[in-house]
Amino acid sequence: MAYPSAARSSPPRQPSVKVILTSADVQRVVDRIAHQILEKTQGAADTVLLGIPTRGAPLARRLADRISAFENIAVPVGVLDITLYRDDLRRHATRAVGPTQLPSGGIDGMRVVLVDDVLFSGRTVRAALDALGDLGRPASVQLAVLVDRGHRQLPIRADYVGKNIPTALAESVKVTLAETDGADEVRLYGETPR
Amino acid sequence: MIRHLLSGADLDADTATQILDTAAEMAAVSGREVKKLPALRGRTVVNLFYEDSTRTRISFEAAAKRLSADVINFSAKGSSVAKGESLKDTALTLQAMGADAVVVRHPASGAPHRLADWVDGSVVNAGDGTHEHPTQALLDAYTMRSRLGRLAGLSVAVVGDVLHSRVARSNVLLLSTLGAKVTLVGPPTLIPLDIAAALAPGTDVCYDLDAVLPSSDVVMMLRVQRERMNDSYFPSAREYARRYGLDGPRMRRLPEHAIVMHPGPMNRGMEIAPEVADSPRSTIVEQVANGVSVRMAVLYLLLGGNNR
Repeated sequence: MAYPSAARSSPPRQPSVKVILTSADVQRVVDRIAHQILEKTQGAADTVLLGIPTRGAPLARRLADRISAFENIAVPVGVLDITLYRDDLRRHATRAVGPTQLPSGGIDGMRVVLVDDVLFSGRTVRAALDALGDLGRPASVQLAVLVDRGHRQLPIRADYVGKNIPTALAESVKVTLAETDGADEVRLYGETPR
Repeated sequence: MIRHLLSGADLDADTATQILDTAAEMAAVSGREVKKLPALRGRTVVNLFYEDSTRTRISFEAAAKRLSADVINFSAKGSSVAKGESLKDTALTLQAMGADAVVVRHPASGAPHRLADWVDGSVVNAGDGTHEHPTQALLDAYTMRSRLGRLAGLSVAVVGDVLHSRVARSNVLLLSTLGAKVTLVGPPTLIPLDIAAALAPGTDVCYDLDAVLPSSDVVMMLRVQRERMNDSYFPSAREYARRYGLDGPRMRRLPEHAIVMHPGPMNRGMEIAPEVADSPRSTIVEQVANGVSVRMAVLYLLLGGNNR
């Protein structure tokens, strides 16, 4: 930074990285959201947790585990793959389709809580709402996210937020979880990591 | 991702497995209340059929519609083809209409390959002459995998008129890519010399059906093409049925888990006995249902992204 002229000839700078949530923080945040779901849904009756792949799926399972540990209630968990409902399919090479697994009881008449790692533009959630409409008719739909980083492009908000992180558009938020990446952490990168 | 699907040889093991995995997800859609996905909204799929076909055309049409694509059906009968329009001129017409994919069936081997040079969109071979029928091979592989749990190491006997069968050719290419062992079975007149080596090394040829049955996981019966009955490939229909037809006693010589397949339409009593066609080992009806899922997967993977 002190020598801008020299920086031009040297190899590109490492993007700045900031740890927003440590492993212990992630656990606390999941615990809190589990409590909030129990509180807001009066005991999580008729409630289904649907995780949006990749990292929403393990988060939904963790929330169900915590809810069962706190109040001994078994909340059905599923996975909702939204690939075929995305609005940007034509902007990328063909995306692989993942599995959608609904709980055996289905979602008709249930309170569905969608679970994802990061809430950003809101487009993923819009796609998930479209997918839900084709799968059944839930009584209501709520949204739980580990991180809300702002910059919404659609009128969508989360019911349960682990942590609000004010970000610039050029920054990026990366969530890692033990199930998918080996360790729990949330990082903020100064620019898109290559 | 590949741009056209013209031959079973276009697919390497990874791409073929990706199609089968995607088909498994597409199959779940067929069990839902709303059997529709928005993935190909605004895309146009033309079914260009120069040969009669019910199940393949309907299967492609259902697949495209379930993905929300617009479907235009074009059959040679009653079209400008009857007035003498060439394949190329027809192709340019479709091009001008903005077809994103052309699904083509043609009596001439190689017609889809020519077509692929003339149109900007993707071309899917839905059967060309006695050459290839890759989506049939994919749906057969999908059916084997869902019934038997794997493809690698399976022993598959393909029985009948291999000489004229595009289904056999595509199956040999695809199944050997996926690690199955194919044995071609039939009268010597209907199995071209050296075909096994030419298509895929490791493919066997056997002229005796009874010798192959006890070690087969899958028996795929090919349709005897009645239109070729007078061409002296075999002495009589009854003799063919006796030597190469799959009847009840032969079926009982198969291993416990083995399945019986047929691409349809069947000649009951000729290559396959009704008792076999209607048995629990038969996957003939499943193959039709799986055909829609597999074709959805193919159309999605060809048209779903910006693969141009």
